[in-house]
Amino acid sequence: MLLAIWHYRHFILTSIRNDLRTRFARSKLGATWMILQPLAMCAIYAVVLGRVLGTKLPDTTNKYAYVIYLLAGLLGWTLFSEMITRCLTIFVDNASLLKKMVFPRICLPLIVSGSSLLNSLFLLLATLGIFIAIGSYPNWMWLWLPVLTAVTVLFGLALGLILGVLNVFVRDVAQVMGVLLQLWFWVTPIVYAINILPGNFALVLRLNPMYAICSSYQQVLVWGHPPHFKTLGVIVALSLVLLAIGMGLFRRASPDMVDVL
Amino acid sequence: MSAAVLKIAGLGKAFREYRMEWQRMAGWFGGKTKAASETWVLRDVSFQVFAGESVGIIGQNGAGKSTLLKLVTGTLRPTEGSIAVAGRIGAILELGMGFNPDLTGRQNARYTAGLMGMSPEEIDAVMPGVEEFAEIGEYFDEPLRTYSSGMQVRVAFSVVTALRPEILIIDEALSVGDAYFSHKSMARIREFRKQGTTLLFVSHDPGAIQSLCDRAILLERGKLLMDGNPSEVMDYYNALISEKENKTVEVRHLDSGKAQTSSGNRAAVVETIGLFNAAGEPVEFVNVGEPVELRVRTRVNAAVPRMVFGYMIKDRLGQPIFGTNTHHTRQAMENLREGQVVEYRIAFPMNLGPGSYSVSTAISSTETHLIDNYEWRDLALLFTVANQSRDFFVGSAWVPPVIEIQCDR
Repeated sequence: MLLAIWHYRHFILTSIRNDLRTRFARSKLGATWMILQPLAMCAIYAVVLGRVLGTKLPDTTNKYAYVIYLLAGLLGWTLFSEMITRCLTIFVDNASLLKKMVFPRICLPLIVSGSSLLNSLFLLLATLGIFIAIGSYPNWMWLWLPVLTAVTVLFGLALGLILGVLNVFVRDVAQVMGVLLQLWFWVTPIVYAINILPGNFALVLRLNPMYAICSSYQQVLVWGHPPHFKTLGVIVALSLVLLAIGMGLFRRASPDMVDVL
Repeated sequence: MSAAVLKIAGLGKAFREYRMEWQRMAGWFGGKTKAASETWVLRDVSFQVFAGESVGIIGQNGAGKSTLLKLVTGTLRPTEGSIAVAGRIGAILELGMGFNPDLTGRQNARYTAGLMGMSPEEIDAVMPGVEEFAEIGEYFDEPLRTYSSGMQVRVAFSVVTALRPEILIIDEALSVGDAYFSHKSMARIREFRKQGTTLLFVSHDPGAIQSLCDRAILLERGKLLMDGNPSEVMDYYNALISEKENKTVEVRHLDSGKAQTSSGNRAAVVETIGLFNAAGEPVEFVNVGEPVELRVRTRVNAAVPRMVFGYMIKDRLGQPIFGTNTHHTRQAMENLREGQVVEYRIAFPMNLGPGSYSVSTAISSTETHLIDNYEWRDLALLFTVANQSRDFFVGSAWVPPVIEIQCDR
C-alpha cells in the first residue's frame, strides 16, 4: 500500500492543489473563507462571552487574553472538525470517481489530510498575525505548533477514516456526527476554561481527547508552557490504535464499498 | 494468437442486501451472516481473450455487460471466480470519468491522467496530444460545467487513449459523441488494434460491433449465452429480442459453416427463396449492375389478420446494406387464411460491389418483427457479386460515375 501511495504521490499533490483551486473557483473570496469563518466565530464568542458574560481567565495579564485563549483552542478544533467532516463523506462524495476509475483508494484520505493541513496553515498564519497585532509576541514555544498540528491531523484522520467507511454503509453516521460534533465542541474547553466547571465534571472532561489537544494549544499559545507530554503521548497512542482499526476496516470494506455507493 | 491477456474463470458478482448493515460488517471479520437478499448480476462466466483480439459484448439492458467490464477494470470486485489481467488497462466506463465540473478540461485531463498513474513528466508529454485529439478549441481551458456531454466524451476518450493501453475497455461511451468524433475515435481504436491492443467493447450498435470486433460474447441475465463470430452472435441476439415470450430460437449450421438463426411462432413461413436473373434462371453469382429478381414463396400456417414481408441484404460482416418491407411499400396483405400461399417477386438491379452477401427474411404483422414475429430467418439466401464487366472499383455499392475532366493547357 505504501508503494502505491508513493507511486501516486504526484496525483495526491495535484489533487490537493485542485481542491484549493475549486474553492477559489466559485466564490469571490475563495479560500479566504476558510480563514474568515473560524475568525468570525472567534469574534462572536469574544463579544458574546468575553464582554457579555465577562468570562475571565485566571493568571493572565494581557487584556486580550480571552481572545488569545479562544483562538488557540479554535485552531486545534477547526483542524480536527474539518478532518472529521470531510473524512465522513469522503467515499460518498467521490462515488462517481470510485465507480469509474481504478486507483489506490487510500489516496482519498491522504488528499483530505493534505488539504485540511493547508487550510490549517493559512488559519495559523492569520492567527499568529492577530497575536502579534494584539501584543502577544512570538516565542520559542510556538515551535511546538507543528507537533500539535501533526497530532491533531493523526487523530482526526484515524477517527475520520473509521467514520468515513461506516458512513458508506450506514449514511446516518454523517447526520449523527453533525450533531455529535456540536456537542463535542461544547464539552471541550474552548470558549470557557476548565476551572469554571465543578470538580467531578472537570474530571470526566479530562477523558475527552480533544481536551488534551486543545489544552495543549492553549498551553503553548496562551501561557507559553510546553504541552503535557504525557497526555499528548496518550493521544498519539490512541490515534495509532484507531488508525490501525480504521485501516483494517477500510481494507475489509473496500471490496464491498463500490457495491453500495 | 499469442498468450491470453485476460483470463476469466467462473466469474460471479452478487449484490447483497442485509437487514442490518452491521451484519455486512460482521462478514468482513469472518462472521457468518446470511444476506437478506442476494442478486446475482453475473454468474459462471468464463472466457479468455488473447492478445490483439477484439471482443464485443452484447446483451439486453441488465444482462450484466457493464458489471462485467467494471469487474475486469477493477472498480468492482468479484464475489466468486477469478480474473487475471496481463497488461495496462485503459477504460472508459460510462460518461464523465468522475470529472470535476469546476475545473477546466485541461485540469481535469491532468487529474485523470494522474488517476491513471502517470507521472507529471508523462502527463506533460501527452497533454499536447490530448488537447489536439479532443479538438474542442478554447473550451479546453473553460470549466467543465460549460461542456456538452459530447465534449466531455471527447476529453475522456483523448485522455484514456493518450498512451496506448494493452487492453482498452469501452462501455458505450462513444455512442454519445458526434459522428465526426466517433469516426475519429474508431480510427484511433483501429490503429491501436494494429499495434496489438486488445479491445473489449460494449455497444448496442451492431454496426460498430461487426466492423470493430472479431469475436462477440452474448450475455443474457448474467450468463454467457454465446461466444463466437460477431455476425452469428448478432443474429442470435436479434432473434432473441424478438423472442421475448420465450418461443424457440433455432440455430442451424449451413454447409458453408455459417450459422443460420431463425425464430418466430411460424404462423407464416418462407417455403422457398431464390435469386433469378433476367432470363429467369436461378443464380448464385451475379454480375455488378445486373437486373435480378428475388422470389420468395411463403405459406400461411395459421390464419393471420395482417402479413408484412421484409428482407434485408447484408454484407459478409453482417452489416445491413439494404432492407425494406411490404409495410413501407404499402403492400401489406390482410386477412389471410390457413394454407394460403403468397409469392413475392422483388426485382432490383444488383448495384452492389463485389463480395459475398446474405439475405435475411422476416414475416410479421407490422413493420417491426418485435410484435407478432411469424418468422425471422437469417442467412436465408447467400449470393456472390462479382465484377465481370465494369471498370475496377472498391466498396459495397455500385454508384456508376461519369467523370468529366477539365485541364488548362
